[in-house]
Amino acid sequence: MGVKYKIAILSFLFLLAVAGLVLFFYSHSAVMLNPQGFVSLHERNLMIIAVLLMSLVVLPVFILTFVIAWKYREGNSKAKYNPGLVRLPIYEVLWWSFPFAIVAALGVITWISTHALNPYKPLQMQSAAPSITVQAVALDWKWLFIYPQQGIASLNFLEFPVNTQVAFKITSDAPMNSLWIPQLGGQLYGMPGMSTQLHLIAQRPGNYMGMSSNFSGEGFAGMQFTAKAVSSSEFTSWVNTIKNSSSTVLNVAEYEALAKPSQNNPISYYSSVVPNLYNWIVMKYMTPVSSSSTSAGTGTATSTSTST
Amino acid sequence: MMSFIFGKLTLSAFEQSPTILAAVSFMGLVGLVVIILLTKHKRWGWLWREWLTTLDHKKIGMMYLVIALIMFFRGGVEALLMRGQQSISVGASTGFLSANHFDQLFSSHGVDMIFFVAMPLIFALFNLIIPLQIGSRDVAFPFLNAMSFWFFAAGAMVFNMSLILGHFAATGWVAYPPLSELAYSPGVGVDYWIWALQLAGVGTLLAGINFLVTIIKMRCPGMTLMKMPLFIWTALATNVMVVFAFPILTATLGLLFLDRFFGMHFFTAGFGGNAMMYVNLFWSWGHPEVYILIMPIFGIFSEVVATFSKKRLFGYASMVYATAAITLLSFTVWLHHFFTMGGGADLNAFFGIATMLIAVPTGVKIFNWIFTMYQGRVRFTLPMYWFFGFIATFTLGGVAGVMMAIPGIDYELHNSLFLVAHFHTMLIGGVMFGLFSGLYYWFPKYTGFKLSEAVGKWSFWCWLIGFFLAFGPLYILGFMGATRRLYHYSASTGWQPLFIVAGIGSLIIAAGFILQIAQMFISYRDRKKNIDLTGGDPWDARTLEWSIPSPVPEYNFAIIPEVHDRDPFWDAKQKGVMATAGRAYEDISVPKNTSIPILMGGLAFVFGFAIVWHIIWLVVAALLGGVTLLAWRLSSVDTERVIPASEVERMDSELRQKIAA
Repeated sequence: MGVKYKIAILSFLFLLAVAGLVLFFYSHSAVMLNPQGFVSLHERNLMIIAVLLMSLVVLPVFILTFVIAWKYREGNSKAKYNPGLVRLPIYEVLWWSFPFAIVAALGVITWISTHALNPYKPLQMQSAAPSITVQAVALDWKWLFIYPQQGIASLNFLEFPVNTQVAFKITSDAPMNSLWIPQLGGQLYGMPGMSTQLHLIAQRPGNYMGMSSNFSGEGFAGMQFTAKAVSSSEFTSWVNTIKNSSSTVLNVAEYEALAKPSQNNPISYYSSVVPNLYNWIVMKYMTPVSSSSTSAGTGTATSTSTST
Repeated sequence: MMSFIFGKLTLSAFEQSPTILAAVSFMGLVGLVVIILLTKHKRWGWLWREWLTTLDHKKIGMMYLVIALIMFFRGGVEALLMRGQQSISVGASTGFLSANHFDQLFSSHGVDMIFFVAMPLIFALFNLIIPLQIGSRDVAFPFLNAMSFWFFAAGAMVFNMSLILGHFAATGWVAYPPLSELAYSPGVGVDYWIWALQLAGVGTLLAGINFLVTIIKMRCPGMTLMKMPLFIWTALATNVMVVFAFPILTATLGLLFLDRFFGMHFFTAGFGGNAMMYVNLFWSWGHPEVYILIMPIFGIFSEVVATFSKKRLFGYASMVYATAAITLLSFTVWLHHFFTMGGGADLNAFFGIATMLIAVPTGVKIFNWIFTMYQGRVRFTLPMYWFFGFIATFTLGGVAGVMMAIPGIDYELHNSLFLVAHFHTMLIGGVMFGLFSGLYYWFPKYTGFKLSEAVGKWSFWCWLIGFFLAFGPLYILGFMGATRRLYHYSASTGWQPLFIVAGIGSLIIAAGFILQIAQMFISYRDRKKNIDLTGGDPWDARTLEWSIPSPVPEYNFAIIPEVHDRDPFWDAKQKGVMATAGRAYEDISVPKNTSIPILMGGLAFVFGFAIVWHIIWLVVAALLGGVTLLAWRLSSVDTERVIPASEVERMDSELRQKIAA
């Protein structure tokens, strides 16, 4: 009998070792363990702290379970058999209070980190240059990124300067989606008729994987985009190239054509965007009139605040 | 005229993809074999009298098991198809499933495994065990019990109809609006989803009320609340959660139906609708639902560990308070499913901490199980194997869960495969392992023989190793930024090798399941060898259900026991005095069979089907039929049959002699 259990335990340890090796091997490609942004770095560290804290309870549980089960196995006549042992108040107090203490510690960490990493809060970084704003609109099934300060827009491609805060406003003109660039930080949902906010900073230039993480229908798998962090001079020249190109102007008619369901759209750019398009996209769900309202088309729509 | 008769149903509803056609043909073939066998052995009458019209909680429990088994097969095949698709659908290849078919698969897999596998398995155990453990001859409302079952079965059938006619929802099992609204899902898929869940949900709610009353009112003399076996405590907690949570689901589905059928705007994107209201309501039911699934498992292990450690459960009072704490907390954490929808920091932090708090009573339970083994005599039987498997997986899943309870971490892990791995750890390593433990433990009570341990251990190792292979890679994939529900991904992601490993893992789990089926057949074939020689107490167990003969007679207890101890049967065995000693036999009334519950279930199915396809006359007809049947039942008086005391005595002594022989 004994040999069998030893084999079982050994093979289990072997499995754990394999899992550990795999984790080690994949840690370079696991984007989240390899953060490139201010937010994702903090989120990664938070993960490590939480796991370490929890292992204070989990490891003893793990070891105790198997050691005690083995020690008090039926065949082991040397072990004490004491069927009357059904209460040990001190011990019970211990295992109510010990996990509670850990959860209390985690709770404090949670309270502080949740406020620090609140995606709505602009990031405070010493090296941070002025921020840029990107209005992200999830469509069936593509991402439209409007740069209101630059007056341009891009489809399924996001470029922004490194070490600069990117302040996202996110909505959807389709089912719910969630904007996620794992290597830079957490995600936030885009929902029709609502505008949410997310602040990210890339600390190193590079091409980062971006996507929608919330299933939104048939073309969902194609809602991936590249988020490219570049130097600010490169960013300026990218903006200028698009502005000076003869690419399409994004007005309401063009937008409504774009918003129709389509899959795996190639990257494209808009050299100019009518003002307040984003607000119009959010607000059109607020009125009983259907989407044929033309106020935004003329660019005269008052900028109703929807960004609370 | 045609649209009046057939609603939205047209011939094109029969058009199905080859994979679905294959599945349907397979189901048809199995159905045909069953029909031929029943006819050949002239068993139709037997099936009708002994099973379909029964009000016996034990038989209803077994019928729940049968449906769960069939549906587990379906859900498993869906899982294998998805794993296959994700293993090869990379880069230029788009795999063997279309995007829409893949979307339907993960939607129905989730619905199937939660509503039509885990839930019926839990209600099967409630039916099979609760009355026996509390020393009762029946549940509080036997007719309602049969109704609950047949409503649940009708829901399962409506769900399965989507394979044959039309299609299922392609929205994910949560069916968030506006995706599940008419604007984005105009077909019948979401309607199938609504009505399958609605019917099954009503069945569950009725069953929940029934067991709540059963536990409160039907306990045998002497069994005070603090003398109830812990499985009964967890069942009580579970049914409290069912009674509070399921009406929310019913109402939410009702509102979504109003949106889709009457063009209302509760959850639509525009016209004042608010999709986030749906998300709140859905998870107000959905999070307690998670604990509805796991709570009975805590009860099962409390019985199993105590029995196989030859020791009373450690820290009983702690266990009861922990159970109560989890029940209350389960209603205060729903928002953690959508930290990422823009909740403020105060709000998210509050719900994050509330979520973590649940880890405290859960941890207490695990420590108490460990100390039940401490200074005991631990037998490494199959139910204990599953307990150890549970500890190995559930603690890891718990760590992953607490990680995601911290909003700062959840922003990164939400909707990733890490999340998928987490809840499969809880549902497979937690719920399924626990249910297997319970089913192996109580199996001899209903058959009189044990299941083969050797094959069982092989299947256990397949499940455990398969589980780590199938879901370990998913945790890593989550860290690599892989989201759930992708039917295709690009080669540059580097995800494919891990998806292939996960696919292999799922095949090993499938082998574990096949071994379990083989185990049933082998054990049945060798039942003489595995026979329970004690006649009712194969494990030297502690609670009342083991004090009566196996298989359990129709009336459960020839004499209702009186208990003075938390482990009454163990106590009696120690003292050598049976709880029933010196008490006289009495007349026992048992409910007569009735065909009304199955007919009501049939009408519920017709109603569900008709409303999915907008066949209004049929909806009205089914409703009228239901009301008529109910009125008929309410006006019948002669619903019980009496077994005279002398007859009980004769049967009981016969059984006891057989055991003694």
